[in-house]
Amino acid sequence: MKPEELTAMAEKARKQDAHFAHHIHVCTESGCVSSQSDVLLKNIADQVQQRGLKGTVCVKGVGCMGLCCNGPLLKADDTMYQFVKPEHAGAIVESLAAQPVAELVCDTKQPFFTRQKLIVRENAGFIDPENLADCVAHGAYRALLKVLTTMTPQQVIAEISASGLRGRGGAGFPTGLKWATVSKAGGRTKYVICNGDEGDPGAFMDRSVMEGDPHRVLEGMAIAAYAVGAGQGILYVRAEYPLAVKRLTRAINQARREGLLGHGLFGSNFDFNVEIRLGAGAFVCGEETALIASVEGKRGMPRPRPPYPANSGLHGCPTLINNVETFANVPAIIDRGGQWFAGIGTEKSKGTKIFALTGRIKNTGLIEVPMGMPLREIIYDIAGGIPDGKAFKAVQTGGPSGGCIPAEHLDITVDYESLTKLGSIMGSGGMIVMDETSNMVDVARFFMEFCKSESCGKCVPCRVGTYEMHELLDRICKRQATMADLNLLKELCDMVKQTSLCGLGQSAPNPVLSTLRYFENEYLKLIQSAPTASADDGAKHVALEVLS
Amino acid sequence: MTTSIDVGSESLTLRIDDKDVSCRKGDTVLQVARENGIDIPTLCYMEGLSIWGGCRLCMVEIAGSPKLQAACATVCTEGMNISTHSPRLENYRRMIVELLLAERNHVCSVCVSNGHCELQAMAVKLGIDHVRFPYRFPHLEVDNSHDRMRMDHNRCILCSRCVRVCAEVEGAHTKDIKGRGVLAAIIHDLDQNWGESETCTSCGKCVNICPTGALTHRGTAVGEMTKKTTFLPYLTLMREAQP
Ligand SMILES: Cc1cc2nc3c(=O)[nH]c(=O)nc-3n(C[C@H](O)[C@H](O)[C@H](O)COP(=O)(O)O)c2cc1C
Ligand code: SF4
Ligand code: SF4
Ligand code: SF4
Ligand code: FES
Ligand code: FES
Repeated sequence: MKPEELTAMAEKARKQDAHFAHHIHVCTESGCVSSQSDVLLKNIADQVQQRGLKGTVCVKGVGCMGLCCNGPLLKADDTMYQFVKPEHAGAIVESLAAQPVAELVCDTKQPFFTRQKLIVRENAGFIDPENLADCVAHGAYRALLKVLTTMTPQQVIAEISASGLRGRGGAGFPTGLKWATVSKAGGRTKYVICNGDEGDPGAFMDRSVMEGDPHRVLEGMAIAAYAVGAGQGILYVRAEYPLAVKRLTRAINQARREGLLGHGLFGSNFDFNVEIRLGAGAFVCGEETALIASVEGKRGMPRPRPPYPANSGLHGCPTLINNVETFANVPAIIDRGGQWFAGIGTEKSKGTKIFALTGRIKNTGLIEVPMGMPLREIIYDIAGGIPDGKAFKAVQTGGPSGGCIPAEHLDITVDYESLTKLGSIMGSGGMIVMDETSNMVDVARFFMEFCKSESCGKCVPCRVGTYEMHELLDRICKRQATMADLNLLKELCDMVKQTSLCGLGQSAPNPVLSTLRYFENEYLKLIQSAPTASADDGAKHVALEVLS
Repeated sequence: MTTSIDVGSESLTLRIDDKDVSCRKGDTVLQVARENGIDIPTLCYMEGLSIWGGCRLCMVEIAGSPKLQAACATVCTEGMNISTHSPRLENYRRMIVELLLAERNHVCSVCVSNGHCELQAMAVKLGIDHVRFPYRFPHLEVDNSHDRMRMDHNRCILCSRCVRVCAEVEGAHTKDIKGRGVLAAIIHDLDQNWGESETCTSCGKCVNICPTGALTHRGTAVGEMTKKTTFLPYLTLMREAQP
C-alpha cells in the first residue's frame, strides 16, 4: 500500500459513514456473545432491513464497552442500553426516531464510565474489529505510516523510551530499554513476539484487546519490528480464545491483502509478516522462555536466564517479546508523542492500565484508568462498591503471582511501586475483590492449587514445593494443622521463592506470604481450633532409612 | 572508524569462597569451582550434556545480586564474588533433597541402587536424617517391558539426564517427559512401554547416567546396581575432536 492509499481508504470509509443518520453498536466480544449478543446483532440488522432503513441506520458489532456484568451492551446513537435481549431488537430500532427504551437505558454518566481514561481501549465500542476500513477510518496504521515515512528506528526507540512505557505483562520492565537491547543485539534474523497467553485466573484484558481492536496489536508489533530490525512477528494466543484467534487471523489476512503487512510497507524497504501460534493453555507458556520453546515445537518449559530472549530467543536469534497491551499502547505513543504519554500517570508508572474487575463487586468488567489512581476510587466509585451491604476485605492483584491488599491500605495509589511495596504486584491487571465473608486461607489455598497444577515440573522447589505448600494449606483449612505445620509452610515459602527456576515458582508463595502478612490471625484461628491441637507433630515425621 | 577499547585476553579472574581463581570466558561457575576443588552439590548437571537447571541444588550467592543463581547455568564474569556454602544455602539444599524423598517412593533398604545412589549419597552428605514434609506415597508403575533394562518410576527424580543423553549423545530421543507438576513422568516414544519402543537402540546409556535406582539393568538384586558414567566424557571428547 502506498501512503496516499491509506488516507484514501480512511476518507472513503468516513464518507460512507456520514450517509448514516443513526448508528447502532452491539458489543460482540466473548462476554456479551455468551449472552447472545451475536443473535441480537443479527436481529437488529434484520429489523433495519425489514423497515427499509438500511441506508440510514448503520449496524455494527464492536468491542467491549467495559460494563460486561450488565451485558449485552448496545449503543444506539448516544444512548447506551444494558441487559439487551435478542427480542428487544425491534423496540430499539423503533426508538431511534422516538424516545429511548427507558427500562434498558444504561447511565453513561456514572463514575464507571466517567472516571476512566481510554488509550488502549479508545476505539473499543466504536470500531468493527472485523472491518479494516472502519479501523483505518479511526486511525489504524496511521502511526505505522508516520514511523516508516518520517522516523529512523533510533527515533522510534527514543520516543518509546521518552514515554516511560513499561511492560504490561507483569514485571513492568521498561519497554524502550528492551527495544534498544534487541536493536543492538547482533545477527541478521530477529523476531518480534506478542505474548497473548494470558493465563491468570480472572484476567481477560488481553483477550478484550485482541478481540476488540486486533489491528492495533498488529500495528504495535510492526512498529516494534521496524525499531529493532525484525522481519517476522509471532502472535502467541491461547487456543481457549477462539474469538480472539478468529479476529486476529482475519485482521492479518486483511492487512496482508491491503499491503499493510508483507513486503515494502508504504513504499519503504521494510518487510514484516505475522503468524499466529496457538498455545494449549498452560499458564507457564506465558513465561517468555517457555513460550519460545513452545513456538519452536518443544515442550513448554522455561530455561535458565541469561541469556535473555533479547540476545538469544526464538531459534537462538535476538527476540523482542512484549505483552498484548504493551504493543497496543505503541500506536498512540507514536501518534501523540512520548511526552504526551509521560504526562499521564505517576512519576515511575506512565500511561493507563486495563484492569479486569471480578469478585464481590457491583460492577464487574473491564476498566482502563490512569496509573496512580487510588485503590479506593477504583473499588468504590468505578466498581460501585461491595454488593449486599457487605464490607470490603481485600483485593487480590496480580493473580496467582500477586498478593492481597487489605482494607487498611485502600488509599494507596495503584502503580507498580506501591503495589510491590505492599507485597503484591501489578501483574497483568486482574483484580479479584473479596468481602468480609471470604476466608483468606482458602484464597491462598485456591491460588496454590492453581500453581501446583500449572507447575511445569522441571525444577524441584516448584514442582514438589507447591504440592507440599498446598498440602499444608489444606491441612490448615481443614483444622488439622499444628503450629509446626505453619512454620514449615513459612520456611517452604522462602525456599521456593528463592530457588525456583522461573517466575511461576518464584512468585507462587506470594498469595500465602501476603495473606500471612495481613491475615495471620485467620491462620492461627484455624490452627488453634483444630480438634487435636498439640504442639508436637512428631508423629508426622517419617523416619528415613537413607543410611541403611 | 568507530572508537573501540582493547577488550583484552580471553581469561577472567574471580573469587569463589574467598579464593582467587581464574577461568576462560564462557566457563560456568560450577566448572570453575570444580576445577579448583570446590564442591557444589548437583543432581541434574552432567558434563557433556546440555544444561538443565532443574534440581536447584547448585544455587550459589553472588555478591551484589539479589537473586541466588544456579552455578551450573551461570557464566562467570570478571570480578564476580561467589559463595557456594552458607547456612542459608545448606538449609535450602536440605529442603530440596527432602522434597525429592517425599515426592515418590524411596525405600533404600529394598532398592537395587542402595549404596550406589546419588540421591542417597546427597542425603547423607547434607546430613538429612528425617523428612519434615508429608510423604505423597504415589502409586507408580515399574516398566519391565524391555528385555535388558527396567524403569522404576518410584525412584525417578525427573533430573532428565536420561532424556538428554538419549537425545544428545545416542541421537535416539526415545525418552521425554509428559505431564505437569508432580504428575510429570518420563515416557518412551509416544508414551508406550519401553520394550515396544521403535527408536530405542538398547545402548544402555540412560541406565548408566541415571543417578538413582529409577533406571537399572534387569536381574540386579538389592544393592547390586552400580553405574558407569565414565563413558560420557570420552564420547564428548570424541565428538568435539571431530571436524
Ligand atoms: C508463569 C508466568 C506466566 C506469564 N504469563 C504471561 C502472560 O500470560 N502474558 C504476558 O504478557 N506475560 C506473561 N508473563 C511475563 C512474560 O514472561 C514476559 O515477561 C512478558 O511477556 C514481557 O512483556 P512486557 O515487557 O511487555 O511485559 C508470564 C511470566 C511468568 C513467569
Ligand atoms: S533411588 Fe536412591 S534414594 Fe531412592 S530408594 Fe533407591 S537408593 Fe534410596
Ligand atoms: S529415570 Fe533417572 S535419569 Fe531419568 S529423569 Fe528419572 S532419575 Fe533422572
Ligand atoms: S537405551 Fe539408549 S537409546 Fe534407549 S533410551 Fe536409553 S539412551 Fe536412549
Ligand atoms: S464483553 Fe460486552 S461489554 Fe464487555
Ligand atoms: S545442577 Fe544446577 S540446577 Fe541441577
